[in-house]
Amino acid sequence: MTKLCSALLLAAALAPAHAATLQADKSELSFTFKQMGVPVDGKFKKFDAQLDFDAKKPEAGKIAFTVDLGSVSLGDPSFDKELAGTPWFDTKRNGRATFVSSGIKPTGPGKYDVAGKLTIKGAVRDVVVPITLNGGVASGAVPIKRLDFKIGDGEWADTSVVANDVTVKFKLAFAGL
Amino acid sequence: MTSPVRYTPIAIVLHWLLALAIVGAFCVGVYMSDLPFSLTRVKLYNWHKWAGVSILALSALRLLWRLANRPPADLAMPAWQAWLAHATHVLLYIAFFAVPLTGWAMSSAKGFPIVWFGVLPLPDFVPKDHDLGELLEQVHAVLAWGLAALVVAHVAGALKHHFIDRDGLLARMSLRRP
Repeated sequence: MTKLCSALLLAAALAPAHAATLQADKSELSFTFKQMGVPVDGKFKKFDAQLDFDAKKPEAGKIAFTVDLGSVSLGDPSFDKELAGTPWFDTKRNGRATFVSSGIKPTGPGKYDVAGKLTIKGAVRDVVVPITLNGGVASGAVPIKRLDFKIGDGEWADTSVVANDVTVKFKLAFAGL
Repeated sequence: MTSPVRYTPIAIVLHWLLALAIVGAFCVGVYMSDLPFSLTRVKLYNWHKWAGVSILALSALRLLWRLANRPPADLAMPAWQAWLAHATHVLLYIAFFAVPLTGWAMSSAKGFPIVWFGVLPLPDFVPKDHDLGELLEQVHAVLAWGLAALVVAHVAGALKHHFIDRDGLLARMSLRRP
């Protein structure tokens, strides 16, 4: 009985006290890169996030983020087909990209550095994502190197044509935050 | 005041430089449009755009020079031939601007604005719009083929003067002194 009680207490303690759900229709995930100097914008239409966060205890917060790579779009169907292909996102074998936080550090009022692991196409990298939290909306931008994840493999690895630097921008609206 | 017998050296240099650039940009344009999506295609599209903007800028310079400096007087020829030659020149000048400008607009409409030599971003004078992009692509192609036809007529006329009339017309566009 005491065992069961302590198990229940433990479960209660571990349960997300401040879980928030993503409002997909109010959220955006986009990216910008340069192609021979020309800025090109794209976006992902499908993604989800699980957030457990209390502004009073930010260090205890957790975020898990999932992106449906097949939902990538540059706004032109012919390019989107290419982006789904093997050299780019290879969506048949790599349906999802994930980000799982390992620590949240406050850096200012409403500002946090979220450290975590970003996984795309089987490659895992440690990244720190600066986030601004304002009225239930988490927004920010994080620079990544596309070749760290073999996005644009083979002949496309030529960074004089498609730059290695990609800026990922996000605006995530949460209910219950 | 008598007319000069030949074009000015600057007019001659601009003529041949632009002749080379226009023929080159046209050939690349025809070739690249049928390529499948590849690194080469992306490179050629950008080079073609850079060439087109360079042609546009040099053509503006050339037009100003042409307006400020009298060309040589017409050689002896039937009036209809002189008229045809001048009409071709006017249409060529129109095409020097119309072809690059429609290409520029098409780039903006398709959402891939031009960054000249990968350094200087050019402004968009049309919005990003898929249907407008498709339309401008067709207009650009029709105008480019029109320009090609004008170049063929222009070259044919020059060669007729050189080989049939033997009137020394080509020397007017040569930097070499006779």
